Amino acid sequence: MARMTLDELRALRDTKRQDLARRDVEGKDIQIIVGMGTCGIAAGAKLTFDALVDSIQKHGLENRVLIRQTGCMGLCYVEPTVEVAFPGMPTVIYGKMTQDTAEELVQKHLVEHSLLDNHIFDRPAADILKK
Amino acid sequence: MHYEIVDFVIDIAQNSCEAGAKTVEVFFEEDGKGIGIRVVDDGKGMDAEELARGLDPFVTDGRKHPGRRVGLGLPFLKQAIDINGGQFSIRSEKGRGTDVAFRFDKEQVDCPPLGDVPGMMLSILCLPGAQEMIIRRKTGQVSYELRKSELAEALGNLEEVSSLAALKQYLRSQEEGEELWQG
Repeated sequence: MARMTLDELRALRDTKRQDLARRDVEGKDIQIIVGMGTCGIAAGAKLTFDALVDSIQKHGLENRVLIRQTGCMGLCYVEPTVEVAFPGMPTVIYGKMTQDTAEELVQKHLVEHSLLDNHIFDRPAADILKK
Repeated sequence: MHYEIVDFVIDIAQNSCEAGAKTVEVFFEEDGKGIGIRVVDDGKGMDAEELARGLDPFVTDGRKHPGRRVGLGLPFLKQAIDINGGQFSIRSEKGRGTDVAFRFDKEQVDCPPLGDVPGMMLSILCLPGAQEMIIRRKTGQVSYELRKSELAEALGNLEEVSSLAALKQYLRSQEEGEELWQG
């Protein structure tokens, strides 16, 4: 692979956009936030971030998902942490989301619309209590 | 403690973004003997006292997480450099910004593994906060510069996974080396 130029990057982006336009049914309604503080990085958050991009693409959801990074979310003991906001589901902060569990998160939460057991560390309880 | 050198770089760049920097410059150079990194920002900066506290692992400003008593980013880096016998310097001016420079000695046994450089670039370029992020990379094989503004202009929203995927491919290709015969 030769080094790409910015023009080639634009072209690549356009082809990806066209692919997506065919599949595009909904807007970008899923948000994922990866904790990228010192604690997250030390636990491998960069690998998780990378794995999420790959996995979301693999499942063809790249037109619906935004991935952001943030600092420490205050759950240093279960890093890497990933917050997922999916319409119609409680917003969840998952902990211990290593590179290997990233795929599981995409499959379960984003594809099957169910929560990922044993990784929930914050948010859903409060959401459920409100009802 | 961070495992790879790229993790230290993300941590320091993330500090810059959290310090409210508008522009962050990252220099990432590598030669046969070592790996040198410099992160310069125009964020809120620190005075001498704050800087000394920043290097103390058992101190944090407590604003982000009330009650917390540790701040490990800079101390981790300082410790890794001390173990490795590399070089570390930090200069900061209140209201003007911070300049962190460090160099790992590759020939010493305690040099951490480099890690995935394109993955690091992807993460740094997409950190929230800084409007402009400039990364200059130079090794014996490759030399290139990345600007967040240019990439965002080419790709649109850098938070979209479709943009991230294209950017990832672009960043990987930058590490492939110059094809001099084409020029």
